Amino acid sequence: MAAVEEQARAEPAQVWDWLAQVPDPEIPAISLVDLGIVRNVRWVAGAGGDELEVTITPTYSGCPATEVIAASIREMLAAHGLGSVRLRQQLSPAWTTDWISAAGRGKLAAYGIAPPHPCSAGAAAEQAVDASRILRRAAPRQVRCPRCDSAQTQLVSEFGSTPCKALYRCQQCLEPFDYFKPH
Amino acid sequence: MDAAKPAAPFEYLLRLGDNALVLSQRLSEWCGKGPALEEDMALTNVALDLIGQARLWLSYAGELDSAGAGRSEDELAFLRDAGEFRNLLLVEQPNGSYADTLMRQFLFDAWHALALRELAASADPRVAEIAAKAQKEVAYHLRRSSDLVVRLGDGTEKSRAMMQAALEQLWPYTGEMFQGDALDRDAAASGAGFDPAGLRAPWLDYVGEVLAEATLKQPPAEAWMHSGGKQGRHTEKLGFLLAEMQFLQRAYPGARW
Ligand SMILES: [Zn+2]
Repeated sequence: MAAVEEQARAEPAQVWDWLAQVPDPEIPAISLVDLGIVRNVRWVAGAGGDELEVTITPTYSGCPATEVIAASIREMLAAHGLGSVRLRQQLSPAWTTDWISAAGRGKLAAYGIAPPHPCSAGAAAEQAVDASRILRRAAPRQVRCPRCDSAQTQLVSEFGSTPCKALYRCQQCLEPFDYFKPH
Repeated sequence: MDAAKPAAPFEYLLRLGDNALVLSQRLSEWCGKGPALEEDMALTNVALDLIGQARLWLSYAGELDSAGAGRSEDELAFLRDAGEFRNLLLVEQPNGSYADTLMRQFLFDAWHALALRELAASADPRVAEIAAKAQKEVAYHLRRSSDLVVRLGDGTEKSRAMMQAALEQLWPYTGEMFQGDALDRDAAASGAGFDPAGLRAPWLDYVGEVLAEATLKQPPAEAWMHSGGKQGRHTEKLGFLLAEMQFLQRAYPGARW
């Protein structure tokens, strides 16, 4: 153990690269880094010497993947000789789909999931009841089919296979598809 | 500026956590039985958001619990009896028909969104961050439940009648959301919480607007209202819910997987 810890004091940039190879358990086409849930990587002083601290934030409060994500991070880092890693959960600022990287958006589309529209500026600060009023009255967002790029699509359900997605149907190619909801 | 930030009282956090936990458990009862696959998924997804929020509130409550010396979120969820639960009576009401479930959700979501907005500005930083996170999820719940109330209210004759009946049956459970007690006053005074009476006008305003759009008749705001859930006086329905939710930990104490 001690030998392993002494051997590796990887640069945070290197750690980010490794974490960029850890797939999201629910949408394996995109990595945890693409998803924007890795918030910080740094070395901190621990009881038994310096420790690597990785800060992650949940997508949704009840996301059942949270524990799998923590385990996959530990596994990936252990494979690179980082046996003792401190994982810190951070709630604030709350995760937003605006943190999904450009590369991540491209991978989602290629995987068949329509990437999220940007959240309106300051949407997080918007009051939910007012937001609900505005959203209910706004013209529905035009979501393009990730398969045939048709704009003739229709919302089937506000919730898809996971809390982060809504279910749509393409009226052109008739295929159903997921839309990553702006959050 | 060095004065210690106020912490929300333990029981205050229980109220927030128990609302989310009990409603989540109710919604989970629909799992596999929703009237359509999409609705089944939607209800269970809302349940999932709520169970996540319950965990955040109850973990924090457990840290501040002086009596039980740091009970875990699981101990708080599975090892308290009905009299120790602090949820609103509204959320423990049985699922009934799909109209009843949706109406209960709508009436609660509208309050929940307003309450979380207040709590997101709490002087207790833990409360503020949990509320800010939950608020985003609840905005979505509210939009969905509002839409469905309009669609089913302004739907067929049958769906409208069912929604109206659900509204009338649940209405007397809504008053409790705006009744403050000493705990609310203390929490509001410290800056950690808010005065529930202040939410009544914006709630009536929003709910009234959606009900009008749904062509449903809003019962009188001044109607007689039930109360007691926040202080631990529950309807007998909570006991049955807990019996199911807590069975495993009661029968096999400490069981894990
Ligand atoms: Zn298509």
